[in-house]
Amino acid sequence: MNLEKVVFGFVIVLAATLNFGFFVGDIDQTQHHDIYELFAAIVVNLIATVLKFGDRTQIGAIHLSTSLVADLQLIAAACVWAYASHVAGVGMDAGYTAKVVSLSGGALFANVVSVIILIAETIMQRR
Amino acid sequence: MIQSQHRGIIFLVLRRMRAPLAVLISIFAIAVLGLTVIPGIEVDGEARRMSFFHAFYFISYTATTIGFGEVPIEFSEAQRMWVTVCIYLSVVGWAYAIGALFALMQDTAFRDAVRTERFAREVRRLAEPFYLVCGYGETGRLVTRALDHLGIRVVAVEIDPAKAAELDLHSLWADVPSVVGDAAKPQVLRLAGLEKPECRGVMALTNDDQTNLAVAITARLLAPQVPALCRTRNVEIAANMASFGTRHIINPFEKFGEYLALALHSPSAYHLLEWLTGIDGTEVEPHRDPPRGTWVLCGYGNFGRLLANALEHEQMPVVLIDRDPPPDGTPHRWVQGDGTCAPALLEAGIRDACGIVACTGSDVDNLSICVTARELKPDLFVVVRQNHFSNNPLFDAFEADARVVPSRIIAHECLAILTTPLLVPFLDEVKAAREDWSAALLARLTERFGWRVPHVWSVRVNARQAPALFALLMPAGPDVTIDALLRDHARRDCALHCEVLLIRRDDGSNCLLPKGDQAIRVGDELLLVGDRQARSHLSLTVENPNTLDYVLGGRDLPGGWVWQRLSRRHG
Repeated sequence: MNLEKVVFGFVIVLAATLNFGFFVGDIDQTQHHDIYELFAAIVVNLIATVLKFGDRTQIGAIHLSTSLVADLQLIAAACVWAYASHVAGVGMDAGYTAKVVSLSGGALFANVVSVIILIAETIMQRR
Repeated sequence: MIQSQHRGIIFLVLRRMRAPLAVLISIFAIAVLGLTVIPGIEVDGEARRMSFFHAFYFISYTATTIGFGEVPIEFSEAQRMWVTVCIYLSVVGWAYAIGALFALMQDTAFRDAVRTERFAREVRRLAEPFYLVCGYGETGRLVTRALDHLGIRVVAVEIDPAKAAELDLHSLWADVPSVVGDAAKPQVLRLAGLEKPECRGVMALTNDDQTNLAVAITARLLAPQVPALCRTRNVEIAANMASFGTRHIINPFEKFGEYLALALHSPSAYHLLEWLTGIDGTEVEPHRDPPRGTWVLCGYGNFGRLLANALEHEQMPVVLIDRDPPPDGTPHRWVQGDGTCAPALLEAGIRDACGIVACTGSDVDNLSICVTARELKPDLFVVVRQNHFSNNPLFDAFEADARVVPSRIIAHECLAILTTPLLVPFLDEVKAAREDWSAALLARLTERFGWRVPHVWSVRVNARQAPALFALLMPAGPDVTIDALLRDHARRDCALHCEVLLIRRDDGSNCLLPKGDQAIRVGDELLLVGDRQARSHLSLTVENPNTLDYVLGGRDLPGGWVWQRLSRRHG
């Protein structure tokens, strides 16, 4: 066991769980989706991306690309949120909430792929 | 210092920046989170909290030291306290990240990786024919400069960083991509473009025979179509190179042995050879012809042995002087002693000898031998070996009859082989010819072109090199003679300042010194000697149909299609 692997696994799983936590609930119910959870998901996802930098194996490349997809989706969700509450002037109504949650749903899928790769990688090593 | 996986710069940067970036993201996250949590100024009895958007906006401009002030509304004291913490946190984060980046830039491994990457890119983008020079020492420098002068691109590989850095200092016309690396390693040669279709030849010119051998093997296996020129001083290594089909092996000492033998039995042929294979634009000084008689040879190393054999082959008696006792079974007279002192020279019979060869490995010894010998007998023919190019001023001042500079011999040979392959068969003919024939040819050519080394080039009558002439001759066209073709394209009554030395026919037969009324056929390759201007004029003539028509027939053809139609109707 080494600490680097623990941290790596921890961050990736945490990114996925936070993302999931934000995603669950009715898609158009604002009170089911907490902004702090979205913020935490974005930050942890960004850190997960940075941790994946510099790995030149094929699996490392897929890892990095899934993380980049998740980042993109989550940041898009945050942008929609900011637009709805500050620019559009209507606040988080049902339509905007649905948009934000569905974007985070996409990110969740990328995060699930990332976790699956992590598991596959672990199983391949048989140790 | 080339890493086997050289395209990893971006990955190297990312890997090294992992920790600083993670820290930076964390700091941003903490700062933003804090701002959204901490209560702001109370409005209508309720504390206003910052939204994530505003917090992120504020932290972004504060952390990057832009600082717009407190927006969108004034901060509460609690928020100000937190912002103070954030400012210091973010400064630490940035300092760490930027410091890590600069440390990476200073890293030697990283800089090597960047340099290698740049070299690989330059070579990849090289779209014109080039030669690969391995070893940028004295020889490599001479060859590179001469090729550059001829407008041919060069890629250099050199193991010594100091020598490789000199490349930037020498004023060359074209940019020479260079890499610091061991040419004996295949991946270095591969990186240097050995397998590119534009690579026209590889030259192994390093000081190390083993490296040259490795280059020869690599070239043979990875790029069999690319001719390899290899320098070696060792007969066994030369045999090894020859065994796997290295086409050109240059042993400077053997080459000089051949030259000396040639100079002994056919001085004119030797001069002709020197004149034709010199470096373009330099002056050749005709030295006096070596006399026949007893020769004294100082220093029995690789070079001494070859020269002794060459002299013996010409039936000249040879006396050897060396510090070591004679090896068993040497057929020559042997004086054990120091050639730099008079007694050994006198014992070797210097007063009765006609020439001396100083060929030890030390330049100072060689000069000392020559000076002593000349004092003992002033009219001695002196051949001296110069090992280092840096001693040039000393050797210039001494004025020996013949000077052996290995780097120069190799450079001449390389250039002759590479730039005008047709020169080799011509020189073979010259070597085999009679002395009076060579003397007449030498007198005629040097009278016309001077003793300055002329421009020697070849033209092949095919669709690529001479499209206009090819098109004219192809469907059983008119006879074009050499005299008719070698004319000025501005005034056709003036002959071009050049001459055809050899025509190689399509079937492989050679026509030596063709007469002016000789007809040129499709597939012929002409070897020409002349000046640079004549070369450019001739290339215009054989490439441009209108120029060719004027040169051959004296007609000035109209250029465009309309005028051609009109003139045809009237004509």
